[in-house]
Amino acid sequence: MIFIAVLVAVSATLVYRRDGLDGVLKILTHDLWLFGEILPRVLAGCLLGAFITEILPHEKVSRSLGPNSGLKGLLIGTAFGAILPGGPFTAYPVAAALLTVGADFGATIAMVVSWTLIGYGRAVAWELPILGTDFTLWRIVISLPIPVLAGALGRFVYVRMYPKGEPS
Amino acid sequence: MTMSALIIDISLWGSVLVLGIIAFRRGRVVVVSAAREGAMDFINIVPRIALGVIGSGYIAAVIPPEIITGWLGPDSGWLGVLTAVIAGGLTPGGPVVGFSIGAVALKVGGGSPQVIAYVVAWALFAFQRLILWEIPFMPAKFVWFRAAVSVPFPFLAAALAMAIGKP
Repeated sequence: MIFIAVLVAVSATLVYRRDGLDGVLKILTHDLWLFGEILPRVLAGCLLGAFITEILPHEKVSRSLGPNSGLKGLLIGTAFGAILPGGPFTAYPVAAALLTVGADFGATIAMVVSWTLIGYGRAVAWELPILGTDFTLWRIVISLPIPVLAGALGRFVYVRMYPKGEPS
Repeated sequence: MTMSALIIDISLWGSVLVLGIIAFRRGRVVVVSAAREGAMDFINIVPRIALGVIGSGYIAAVIPPEIITGWLGPDSGWLGVLTAVIAGGLTPGGPVVGFSIGAVALKVGGGSPQVIAYVVAWALFAFQRLILWEIPFMPAKFVWFRAAVSVPFPFLAAALAMAIGKP
């Protein structure tokens, strides 16, 4: 937090010295507008996370997404990340909720990585118009194995880092 | 843009509504406590998001895209892939910035495997998104672990792109 605050302050000062007060205010109004737009979605994401924590049966989640869920758990995480609607304001609270209700690091990694790499939201809204259909489709095809592999690597490293389970 | 924003909002609040109804059928207490929990999370996160969103414009403004594009030189081989991965991790700003830099790099003759590596690295561990979005919502230990585990995969994506000769 402090690191970011310092980084922002330094950057804002640089912008001020380069573009004057006008430059600083222009960015500020643009970002304030963006913030106002995002705020209700952040609320929705937090509510989504809280409801999931409350509703999902913990034993069932730890069976299908826990440390012993095998390849199936990683595939479920991948599928879930790929279909999850919304942006970072949904993906991260939902992923945090999954961790709380018994998913392991591996399955949660598969979900988050799948959301960033093969989730349709960002690809359709931004990548397709900017980078074109050909590039985007091949990029997604190439990315298909990555969520499962990243989740598997996560599990592999995790059990070696914490052989006695998660430290508290 | 507005259309896709509308679709996002509808599917988002629709999901909240559906889950809220499911929780309500478990009992009123469940909904109220979950809603209170979610609202508390929201209140705790807002200052960090505020700093991130309102501040990120300044960070993006002082790192000119030309610097990053220059790193993705034409057919630069594995060294180019490595610089692309580092550039992806360092790229500030939202989705427009990352994809636009990729598009510019392609136009000025950057190799496809390098641009793939750049886009994948940026999607997996752009530092600004890790710090501003992922850490406020998730346990920091998980975030760093996930980012570390993700490091090999932009290289794998570049290797696959070279192997199949696409895009």
